[in-house]
Amino acid sequence: MSKQVCTFYLENQIYGLYVLQVREVLRYQELTAIPLAPGPVRGLLNLRGSIVTTVDLRRRLGLPPNESDEPATNVVAQTATGLVSLLVDRIGDVVEVEADDMEPPPGALPEPIRSLIANVCKLPTGLLLILNLERAMELDAFPT
Amino acid sequence: MAPSITQHELQQQLVRELVVESMEYLDQFDQDLLSIENRTNDEETLHRIFRAIHTIKGSSGCLGLRELERMAHAGENLLSWHRDRAMTPGAETVRALFRFCDALRGLIRQLSNTPEAAQNVPLTAEHQQILADLNSLHQALKQEQLGTFKESAGGSYGLFADDPAPQPAPPVARATPVASGSDEPTAKSGVEAAVASDVAIRVAVSQLDILMDLVGELVLTRNQILGHTAALLNPGMAKSAQRLNLITSQLQENVMKTRMQAVGHVWNKFPRLVRDLSKELNKPVALVMEGSDTEIDRTLLEAIKDPLTHIVRNSIDHGIESPERRRAAQKTPQGEIKLRAFHDGGLVVIEVSDDGGGIDRERVLRKAIERGLISPDQANGMPDREVCGLIFAPGFSTAESVTNLSGRGVGMDVVKSNVERIGGAVVVESEPGRSTTVRLKIPLTLAIIPALLILAGGNRYAISQASLVELVRIDEEKAASAIEHIRGCPLYRLRGQLLPLLYLREQLGLSPDATGNALLLLVLEAEGRQFGMIVDDILDTEEIVVKPLGQELKSLSVCAGATILGDGRVALILDVLGMARRAGLLEDGRKKPAAEAGFAAVADTEVLLVHIGANRQVAVHLDSVARLEEIALDRIEWSGNSEVVQYRDSILPLIAVGSVLGVPPAGDARESGKIPVVVYSHEGAQYGLVVDRIVDIVRCAAAISPCANRPGILGSAVIAKRVTDFLDVPALVSVSGVVSYKSNSWGLF
Repeated sequence: MSKQVCTFYLENQIYGLYVLQVREVLRYQELTAIPLAPGPVRGLLNLRGSIVTTVDLRRRLGLPPNESDEPATNVVAQTATGLVSLLVDRIGDVVEVEADDMEPPPGALPEPIRSLIANVCKLPTGLLLILNLERAMELDAFPT
Repeated sequence: MAPSITQHELQQQLVRELVVESMEYLDQFDQDLLSIENRTNDEETLHRIFRAIHTIKGSSGCLGLRELERMAHAGENLLSWHRDRAMTPGAETVRALFRFCDALRGLIRQLSNTPEAAQNVPLTAEHQQILADLNSLHQALKQEQLGTFKESAGGSYGLFADDPAPQPAPPVARATPVASGSDEPTAKSGVEAAVASDVAIRVAVSQLDILMDLVGELVLTRNQILGHTAALLNPGMAKSAQRLNLITSQLQENVMKTRMQAVGHVWNKFPRLVRDLSKELNKPVALVMEGSDTEIDRTLLEAIKDPLTHIVRNSIDHGIESPERRRAAQKTPQGEIKLRAFHDGGLVVIEVSDDGGGIDRERVLRKAIERGLISPDQANGMPDREVCGLIFAPGFSTAESVTNLSGRGVGMDVVKSNVERIGGAVVVESEPGRSTTVRLKIPLTLAIIPALLILAGGNRYAISQASLVELVRIDEEKAASAIEHIRGCPLYRLRGQLLPLLYLREQLGLSPDATGNALLLLVLEAEGRQFGMIVDDILDTEEIVVKPLGQELKSLSVCAGATILGDGRVALILDVLGMARRAGLLEDGRKKPAAEAGFAAVADTEVLLVHIGANRQVAVHLDSVARLEEIALDRIEWSGNSEVVQYRDSILPLIAVGSVLGVPPAGDARESGKIPVVVYSHEGAQYGLVVDRIVDIVRCAAAISPCANRPGILGSAVIAKRVTDFLDVPALVSVSGVVSYKSNSWGLF
């Protein structure tokens, strides 16, 4: 059985979320900063009247900050409790992946990436890391 | 992988619908059963309650909820027996049916909590008992009827022993007048039901919330378009924009309306509550409801449900006296609880009044002193209004004994905090021996609150105006010396009282502001204590729509939510009270000046001494004084019958204290070309009290002897070796008859 995955890039590595989890993709948005918020939280954005928390996915995954001048893209995703927006470097294609191509994340992956990746998908062009959205949004332990 | 609805999900969904539907049926069932108990039922009532239970039985059977079905079935049997004979159930049956209704409700509530285990909610012993009661009642009725047949049919009994139902003639026992017309009402109500579903449909509240959000955004977009079209100078475009403007406003108004619900939805359960309580306490009580169609935002209605229930319980438990006492007080033995709802300005007022014994002043004071809420000195001469207010103090309860209804010391304080949380207010009025009225004032919608926008670290934040008392600006040159410290704790002297301070930047984890500009201080009040908060800048007031923050930010304790401002940007709503609580500012410290009136409050506080007329000395409580001014005579203008001056962008009405109190003017005061004025601010309006001379500010610990019948005067005391009258400023203002000019700015600086 195949599934559709919406892909995006961080540091030239390709990541993905299942399309059913993705609500929409937005260009750069003005954000309102939140003092004392957990570190990866970059601010709040106004999505047609709903207030959506925006999380810097690079910071969440322990990656270095983006040095390029290109503004980040917002991937707005649906979690069990509401909408969140993930800041990514740029958006990729929607790809079909087969269940047979999926593998659990290899133990050799460093933390925190290992626990935030649901599956590794072997695409002909490279490895696609599928994000565990719910776990990525557990931000309580983060210092501000 | 597209999620088609699975069997399991479908079942879940159906169970959810069953829960909603059945709860409505049971509410109706309760009301109908009450009318049967009171003998105010009509022939349709019996059909309706039968149909309610029949439907619940049917739906639960379809979904395989065997236990619920079994329960409903037992009730249905008993009801169908009565319905078939058009016989009104007797008192014992009604009691059993009430218990049955509660049991069904309990079972259904369990379903809504744990839909997974839906099929297997086991019946408890209590349920079994109710089942047995219903069955035995049913059997007894059958037997009773058999007995009548035995007599009429002579020796041929045994013929009907198995099934008495086919017997065509209805038995005589308490038949309702029209026994044969049972088909007609059923048909008619079928038509009514069909019509009802044609004119109204059920919409999920979340759907309405989405609509509200979208309309809010549409309004913002409209505002932007209107701005652009003004620059375009294109008549066609301007016309369309105008239309868009109109339609958007109407759309917004109507979407707001969809969220409104009649208070009757919450009141519906009170007849039953009152009945149960009055039975339990042996106090006959009648319930009167007025204005149950008054509409209010759904979320608010939900929020006042529990407080209202508590107040009604309290009224029956503590308010209404026992029938013996009522007779002794020459009242009707039956007490009365009256619920009233009506619109008043932008607010909805809900009153619960009882004709009971009222609030016993002495008992309340005694209790308050016992609990350490006030000192005996304070109790002495405390105005009735404040005595009534004491029942809202945490940990206060006057119930002599703890009943299982109330008297546990939690209650009215919770009512107060619940109501205040949604921006409402509670007041109690009592006429000793006659009545008590609890009045809730609720805003029309929760969604919109008045807020003050402030700046800190370059970001805008909103603070609810509910807790805001005043704004103070401390000039640059005074800024450095105005704030004093005790062991690092910043304090400010506000009209002689110490005010603990918080720096907002510090609270938000931002670097301190080092610009050395003028200090802007918000004076806030919570739990009867005042504190100050220093902010970078004060921007504006705005009506804001409160929106929740996502789950990811639940650990963020400084925010109470967020809102979208006019330019489409998001601003956080600060929980300033939470900040103060965490900083320990509310534990002890400056008590709120206990209202303007009140002898206890006047004793041992600072007062302003002024002279009126030639040499009469009058004292004004310093908390009533916003500012002292000298106003040039040529600035005085007239409006209506009173003198006014333009003051800080609004109109300040002047009240000549001397003429209100009947003191002859001194004569020479106006010769200097200037008059001294005490600016007094009350509920957003300002008044100028014209006096002849401002003398001094003194600390006064004198005992005030109250005086009767002098409007505008609280009492007299000896201050600075002279007999001094204490002004009751609010009373003075109302006696003077001067109209207020509400300023839309913040007034007090």
